[in-house]
Amino acid sequence: MTIGLAHYLAVAAILFTIGVFGIFVNRKNVIVILMSIEMILLSVNINFVAFSAYLHNIQGQIIALFVLTVAAAEAAVGLAILVTFFRNRGDIAVDDASMMKG
Amino acid sequence: MPLTAIAFYLLAIVTVVSGFMVITARNPVHSVLYLILCFFSGAGLFVLLGAEFLAMLLVVVYVGAVAVLFLFVVMMLDVDFARLREGYAQYLPLGLVVAAVLLGEMVTVSSAVANRGAAAANATPQAADLHVSNTQSIGQVLYTDYIYFFQAAGIVLLIAMIGAIVLTLRHKPSVRRQKIHEQVGRRRRDAVEVTKVGVGEGISE
Repeated sequence: MTIGLAHYLAVAAILFTIGVFGIFVNRKNVIVILMSIEMILLSVNINFVAFSAYLHNIQGQIIALFVLTVAAAEAAVGLAILVTFFRNRGDIAVDDASMMKG
Repeated sequence: MPLTAIAFYLLAIVTVVSGFMVITARNPVHSVLYLILCFFSGAGLFVLLGAEFLAMLLVVVYVGAVAVLFLFVVMMLDVDFARLREGYAQYLPLGLVVAAVLLGEMVTVSSAVANRGAAAANATPQAADLHVSNTQSIGQVLYTDYIYFFQAAGIVLLIAMIGAIVLTLRHKPSVRRQKIHEQVGRRRRDAVEVTKVGVGEGISE
């Protein structure tokens, strides 16, 4: 049996859904939320690379490279904000992070 | 061809199961380790698709840098993770509904695209240019057509690095620091004073 484009797209869709589901159920734990976002970006990358391979076009891999770059930057800044937040509050529960509410 | 299918199903199942374990594991350290496994098998899927360069990049950047960064933060912060799981059951039904709808929509759209889209004619993954390696063909496009995007990605990384440093840097007042401009600008008259001392007298301020 041949592994077609649909197989890869299905894997990416399942991974994306798991990421969104993880954001829903781990509302308080911001570390798991950041990891869910990383998984969502991985599923987007799988989509890009799968289309790149099946359309015989390299540009999908270039865009996946940029997505990877932005995801790494986002993880670094997100974790830095998390560390600062923990230092100020002594906790990382994000559901009561309403300091900026007027 | 069956070998490719076996490899695909193995990697896909490991990716999905470890992705699911990331969001359900009780211990966040286990979550990070499952995230590493998820990215590693994702890199395996990239290899199956013929994107070796991105696969290696995923291993180096994610497993080597981002996941270790997560691991450091999880282990350094002294957080009561049991308390963070309190609302777990509260959002579970809503999350399941949204996830089911999302998955249904995405599978419908992607099967339609895969069966009737532009890629439907191509049954197998194949490199764009068969005469050069994957890395070489990425380089040929990245450094010509996408050179401005490449530079912009470098700026994004630079700003993220500066931002992370600025956010986490703090000055402790108890720590003595070098004041280089004062130390270099110090002159003899600031430090040494020559006085005449009479016989039998001491020096007082």
